[in-house]
Amino acid sequence: MPDVKKVLVRVRVNGEAREAEVEPRTLLVEFLREHLNLTGTHVGCDTTYCGACTVILNGRTVKSCTLFAPMADGGEITTVEGLSKDGKLHPIQEAFAECHGLQCGYCTPGLLLSTLQLLKKYSRPTDGQIRKGIAGNTCRCTGYQNIFKSIRMAAAEMEKR
Amino acid sequence: MYAAPFSYHRAASLQEAVKLLQELGEDARLIAGGQSLIPLMKMRMARPTALIDINFVSELGDIRTPKGELHIGALVRHADLEHSAAGATIPLLHDCAAGIADVQVRNQGTIGGSLAEADPSGDWGTALLALDTSVICFGPGGQRTVPLEDFIKDAYTTVLAHDEIVTALHVKLPLKGSGGAHLAFKRCAPVYPTASASVQVMIEDGNMCKDARIILGCVGLTAIRAKEAEAALRGKTLEEKNIRTAADAARAAADPQSDMRGSADYKRILVGTLVKRAIGIAARRARGESVEAGHEYAGR
Repeated sequence: MPDVKKVLVRVRVNGEAREAEVEPRTLLVEFLREHLNLTGTHVGCDTTYCGACTVILNGRTVKSCTLFAPMADGGEITTVEGLSKDGKLHPIQEAFAECHGLQCGYCTPGLLLSTLQLLKKYSRPTDGQIRKGIAGNTCRCTGYQNIFKSIRMAAAEMEKR
Repeated sequence: MYAAPFSYHRAASLQEAVKLLQELGEDARLIAGGQSLIPLMKMRMARPTALIDINFVSELGDIRTPKGELHIGALVRHADLEHSAAGATIPLLHDCAAGIADVQVRNQGTIGGSLAEADPSGDWGTALLALDTSVICFGPGGQRTVPLEDFIKDAYTTVLAHDEIVTALHVKLPLKGSGGAHLAFKRCAPVYPTASASVQVMIEDGNMCKDARIILGCVGLTAIRAKEAEAALRGKTLEEKNIRTAADAARAAADPQSDMRGSADYKRILVGTLVKRAIGIAARRARGESVEAGHEYAGR
C-alpha cells in the first residue's frame, strides 16, 4: 500500500478561497461536490465523455472527472454556482430556460459553462462553431435543436449588454 | 470511479522530476494533462503507486520559433497549438490540434503526454511523423535528441527510460512549395479516430510532386510510414491516376485490427480514402490555397 498522505488543495471557486485536505486520488469533481459541497457540477458518465462535469479552470473548460484535485491546486475555478449574480440568472441560464434548452437538466451545468467559453471566443458563433464548441457535452433528452437556439439567444443577449 | 491509491508528488523542476522517478521506482508515473492516464487509472487498467505531477514545471509550456524550426514544449496543450499563430504556419499541425477529442480534452491534454503514451490511435504520432520531428528527452545523464521515427517502438512503448522525460518537440518548418494535411475519421468528437492519414508534399511547376511523406494512423501498432505510397507520387504529376496508385499502396501498407471502431477491411478502405483526400488538400495548400481540413465526424 503506497503512502497515501492527504494533500492540501487550495483553490478559488467562484471568487471565493476554498481549501480541503484530500486523498490524492480525489477527482476534482468529487472535491467540488463532496468536500466543498458544490453539487451543481454533475458526475455523468465518469469516463471523460459526456461533459456533465465541465467546469472552468484557469479560464478554460475541463472535465472535472478527469483531473485529480491536487492538479488544480492554486487554480481559479468557475462552476455553475458562479454564473448567477445577486440572485439574477446569467443571460446564458435565462436563454436555456427561455428556449427549453433542457429537459432533465442533468447535462445543463456542463453545457452552460461550455457555452460561456464558446461565447468568450466567438460573440456570434456560427452553427459550425457551436457544434464544435459543445461537441464535448452530451445531452440525451432535449436534443440539440433547442440548445442551439439557447446559445444563439444568449449570444444576442450578451452582445447587447 | 476511484483510482487505486497512490502517493502524490509535485515536481518544481525537471531535475526534481527525474530524481523522484528514480527514488519512487518503476511503479511511479509522470502525470501531465492526464487525459489518457486518469481514465486508465479509474478503470484500474493502470495502477501506479506514485504520481509525479509535472504540471507545475513552468519551462515546459512554451511554443518557440527559432529560425527554421518550431519548438513545442511537452506541456503545450492541444488547444494552445490550435490557437497559436506559430502552429498555424504548419496547417497539418493545426488540423491535428483542432480535432483531437473535444474542447475540454484539448484544453487539458498535452502534446508531450500524447507522444509518450504512444497510443496506436493517438493523433500526434501520425501527424508529427509527416514532418521532420525530433523528441527532446531529459534524464539523469542530461538531454538527448531522438528522431520521432525512432522514438515510438511499439504500441504504448517508447525508447524513454523510466527516469527520462519528454521536454519538447522540435519540428523543422516545411520548405516553401510544400503543404500538408492531417485527416482523421471518427464516430463522434470525444473518441479516438477509426483511421487517420497525414500527408506532406512538396510541389514544383504547379503539379509535379518533388517529395511526399505519407503516414497512416490507427491502422497498426504504431503509425505506419507508407513508403510505397510515397514512391508512387515522387517525381510524378499529382493527377488522379497517380493519387489512386498511392492510395492503393497505402491500403496495402495498413495493418489494421478489427475492433469496436470497425472491421479491419473497413479501416483499410477508409485509410486509403483519407490518404487520397489528404494528398489533394496538401497539394492545394502547397500551391498557397487556404483549405479547412481535419477530423471528420457526423455533424462536424
